[in-house]
Amino acid sequence: METIIAILRITVATMAICVGGYTTAVWAIGQSITPDTANGSLITRADGTILGSKQEAQAFTRPQYFWPRPSAVDFKADAAGGSNKSPTSTDLTDRAAKTVEAYGATAENPLPAELAAASGGGLDPHITERAARYQVERIARARNIAAPDIEKVIDENAFSPGGIFTTDRLVNVLDMNLAMDKVPVR
Amino acid sequence: MTQAILFVFFILGATALLSWPLGRYMTWAMDPAAGRGRPNGFTALFCAIGGPVARREQDWKRYVASLLGFNLALFTVAFALLALQQYLPLNPDAKGVLEASLVFNTTASFTANTDLQHYSGEVSMSYLSQLAALMWLQFVSAAVGLAALAALARGLAGRTLGNFFVDIQRATFLVLLPIAFVVAVLLLLTGVPMTFQGAAVATTLEGVQQTIARGPVAAFVSIKQIGTNGGGFFGPNSAHPLENPSFWSNVLQTVAIIIVPMACVWMFGRVIGRVKHAAVLFTVMLVLMGARITCAVSFENVPTHAFAALPITQDVGNLEGKELRFGAAAGPVWSVLTTSTSNGSVNAMHDSLNPLTGLMPMIGMWLNEDFGGVGVGMVNMFLYIVVGVFLAGMMIGRTPEYLGWRVEAKEVKFAMMGLLSHGFFILVGTAIFAVTPWGVATLNNVGPHGFSEILYEFSSSAANNGSGFEGLGDATVPWNIATGIVMLLARFIPIILPLAIVGSLSAKRRATESSGTLSVEDGTFAGMLTATVIIVGALTFFPAATLGPIAEHFMFMN
Repeated sequence: METIIAILRITVATMAICVGGYTTAVWAIGQSITPDTANGSLITRADGTILGSKQEAQAFTRPQYFWPRPSAVDFKADAAGGSNKSPTSTDLTDRAAKTVEAYGATAENPLPAELAAASGGGLDPHITERAARYQVERIARARNIAAPDIEKVIDENAFSPGGIFTTDRLVNVLDMNLAMDKVPVR
Repeated sequence: MTQAILFVFFILGATALLSWPLGRYMTWAMDPAAGRGRPNGFTALFCAIGGPVARREQDWKRYVASLLGFNLALFTVAFALLALQQYLPLNPDAKGVLEASLVFNTTASFTANTDLQHYSGEVSMSYLSQLAALMWLQFVSAAVGLAALAALARGLAGRTLGNFFVDIQRATFLVLLPIAFVVAVLLLLTGVPMTFQGAAVATTLEGVQQTIARGPVAAFVSIKQIGTNGGGFFGPNSAHPLENPSFWSNVLQTVAIIIVPMACVWMFGRVIGRVKHAAVLFTVMLVLMGARITCAVSFENVPTHAFAALPITQDVGNLEGKELRFGAAAGPVWSVLTTSTSNGSVNAMHDSLNPLTGLMPMIGMWLNEDFGGVGVGMVNMFLYIVVGVFLAGMMIGRTPEYLGWRVEAKEVKFAMMGLLSHGFFILVGTAIFAVTPWGVATLNNVGPHGFSEILYEFSSSAANNGSGFEGLGDATVPWNIATGIVMLLARFIPIILPLAIVGSLSAKRRATESSGTLSVEDGTFAGMLTATVIIVGALTFFPAATLGPIAEHFMFMN
């Protein structure tokens, strides 16, 4: 009996402190010092509707936009996931062949591998700077603007995620596309 | 590659350094009596909360009985919360009924500190289920491991084992809670969400609707890593951009995976009063883990084989299933750390690792002791030590001793039962599912990789790891029940047997160590222990490995 009472009391104590107290404290700190990211880094339009999350990729298929990496879950931000295909799988070859076709990649101008490989969560918001430059020509044609105007947007957005620990500079696709919509047509 | 090497040394170096003071702190928290006899004031408080039964010293049988009783309570409460989630509050997205076998599997999984997930958090779980059932278990199940280690160490030091009800509170409130709080706040600063608002519905730039799942993520992710739990808030775990938003959140979480298991070794050394011995154990573990990291990083530097015939650049490693913001080495490094420590969180999809890279996490789960789960990793290593000491003693014709305790047939039998049960669960389970529709009908990949999916799932369950080759369609009744049972047995057998060994050892007279005693603080011991781990641990699984990842490698990658 004493044992059962001890178990019950410790159950209640851990539940109250680790779930009630701890969660509330972390929530209060998050909402007061980082309210923007604590609520999912949402971007809203002037009319108050939500445009997306800065931290999550959304689908882009139109030629005038930068395209993100392939998503195995079609950019569903409420059911994320990867392809979970083995790198030796022919399913991956078939999928990548379609991506290659969409970009019009050729042996002389091969597609950067990160644009063919699906991300882990299907919502990777970034592409490499190199993958962004790879898309400049298509965007310039679709928007009827000069390539240097697009290169400028890339330059302004490119960042190194981990300093000396990482090789590639990255860009956030949604940020870039929002910036592209502000570039005037000549 | 330079960046990758720098990254590995930075992570391991920083964590190893931090583990030293943390081990000191954990000794003070878990075993005040070892810290020069100055008991901390919390013991009185914990005795008061636990009541009269918390004031008594327990022998190993009582300690184990209390531990099992407490776990039964954990299981019951969490099971009820999950089964009733549709009626309970904190459910802004109206998550519905969970299937019965899934409730069993999930409760078993989180009680057993495994966090194998046959559901996707943002699809199936209410915020209350995530916090009050799953996150709660992430705290207390890790605390159970720490308590078991503290009791084991006290027994080996020739003292009484202590009291489970005091130990469990020390581990929860003095060790896990403060660390989890600090890590949670740091995660907030790197951009992890912490909100009770439901999913946001967005209309994208191209006019498509996108539902953005959110939630109280930071608090959950922190203890997920600190307690070697590994269960993600979202389906893709720490590959999800809200669960792991940046390079630095990834560094923080990587460190959080191994810091407590590393500190457990120092705590063990301090409680038994043999820090030098702990340093030898630490080195053995670090070498075994470092070898796998080296292999994983270099194997994963090979480009995706499926793209070889297409006009796609071949100058970067395999990026399928990886996120760019973490850098190239982060995926393979994490895959080894998370399986070395029975954590099981992922920041890249293990199913999409190159074949031989995918073997490294499997080996980690097969050995399950470097550094192993919170508390239980060191407890597992103790089983290898018993066997290793016995073998060494036999080889030189001396009575095997460990810390002055005579290791005899009974102790070795118990240790071997513990170690062999691990192989039994993995190999028998895999064999059954590999020849029946239970397993075969749920595969996401063909050929040897399909076999690897089954092998990985059972390895993960038996190692209380929780990661997976997640292409496997494992949300079925046979998978839920089989892995649920394996997780529970594989959790408690390797906790009960070591405590039984200590109970048996401490009933004997302790010998004083002389120049004739085999030292546990030198290179010979380290070599003997490493050999035991490799022979007993890894070779058991070698035939299975050749059917899965090794076969796949030679079919495609050569």
